Amino acid sequence: PPSIFGVFRPATRLALLSRSMPFKRFVEVGRVALICYGPDTGKLCTIINVVDQSRVLVDGPEGITGVRRQAVNIKRIMLTDYKVDAILNCPEKKLKALFESEDIMGKWKASNWGKKLENRKLRLATNDFERFQVMLARKERSAARKAAMGE
Amino acid sequence: CPPQTGLLSPMTVTFAKKEIGGAKNGGTRDVPTKKAPTYYPAEDVPVKAPSEREAKSCGVAKLRKSITPGTVLILLAGRFRGRRVVFLKQLPSGLLLVTGPYQVNGIPLRRVNQAYVIATSTSVNVQSVDASKFGDEYFGNKNKSKAKKKGDDFLAADEEKNELSEERKTDQLAVDTPLMTTIEQTPLMAKYLKARFSLSKKQAPHAMKF
Repeated sequence: PPSIFGVFRPATRLALLSRSMPFKRFVEVGRVALICYGPDTGKLCTIINVVDQSRVLVDGPEGITGVRRQAVNIKRIMLTDYKVDAILNCPEKKLKALFESEDIMGKWKASNWGKKLENRKLRLATNDFERFQVMLARKERSAARKAAMGE
Repeated sequence: CPPQTGLLSPMTVTFAKKEIGGAKNGGTRDVPTKKAPTYYPAEDVPVKAPSEREAKSCGVAKLRKSITPGTVLILLAGRFRGRRVVFLKQLPSGLLLVTGPYQVNGIPLRRVNQAYVIATSTSVNVQSVDASKFGDEYFGNKNKSKAKKKGDDFLAADEEKNELSEERKTDQLAVDTPLMTTIEQTPLMAKYLKARFSLSKKQAPHAMKF
């Protein structure tokens, strides 16, 4: 497409768009997304093809995230900051290698979003005694904070 | 248990002699020990035979898999609702024998119904505790003969007062002392047993793990 700027720039669509649009995460091949509805809720997946305006073809990769290759409604996913250099309809093995080289899972677990989801899962899994221990720990923390503020 | 199959058997009446007053009434009267029913059906009704499932379900309440000796239970009803206790064993009647321990939360050796209890996944080692001497006869109100009060007695206060027997106190200690040593080995366990259970606004018991 003809460049709308007077100067020569790399003519990628995104390079053009990033200048004029506030969006940072796009539905594109290689985009890592979080599934938030359905049987695979809470799992990461990679977009490897677009089906139509409402659906994308997605793969875990299955070996890492457990999400099988399937078409998923865009409304059921949330895009993340991570992108992988996958080709169109990337084979699962290749996708897995890309994931491991970029350490997407590590980055995800270290991110605030990832940590929040993990904490939510842990909280649901606490038993009665653990809930009691957490309650005591929160009281201790609150008392320590109050003491620190008092200084 | 459901009654035997077949038609209702004809009643065999036994009589007892009862003293009666009145000069011309003969002094005694033969009175049936069991009064005849005020109603019985006009035609003989065959008694329903229990199905195999009904017949098998007779007896003592089956103990939930989640309840094993030492499990911490949350009592949901009764005088000690909301408290956490240690389960010792199931009594022949089906009720559960629990103890606070008494020095931790004030709950003595007590019987509790399994239906009014949440079993948590936390448990205490009760191998050192010997609860074999306790059965249903140990518990329950004995000598509860309520003689009908007449006249002035209505206004008189109840004379009987339940004194805690020495036997109960020693039994409580015998069970609790070894239990306390095990409880003190786990940090915060005694505090946990002392604390009460309650639900806050956003908690839903069906979504909680116990």
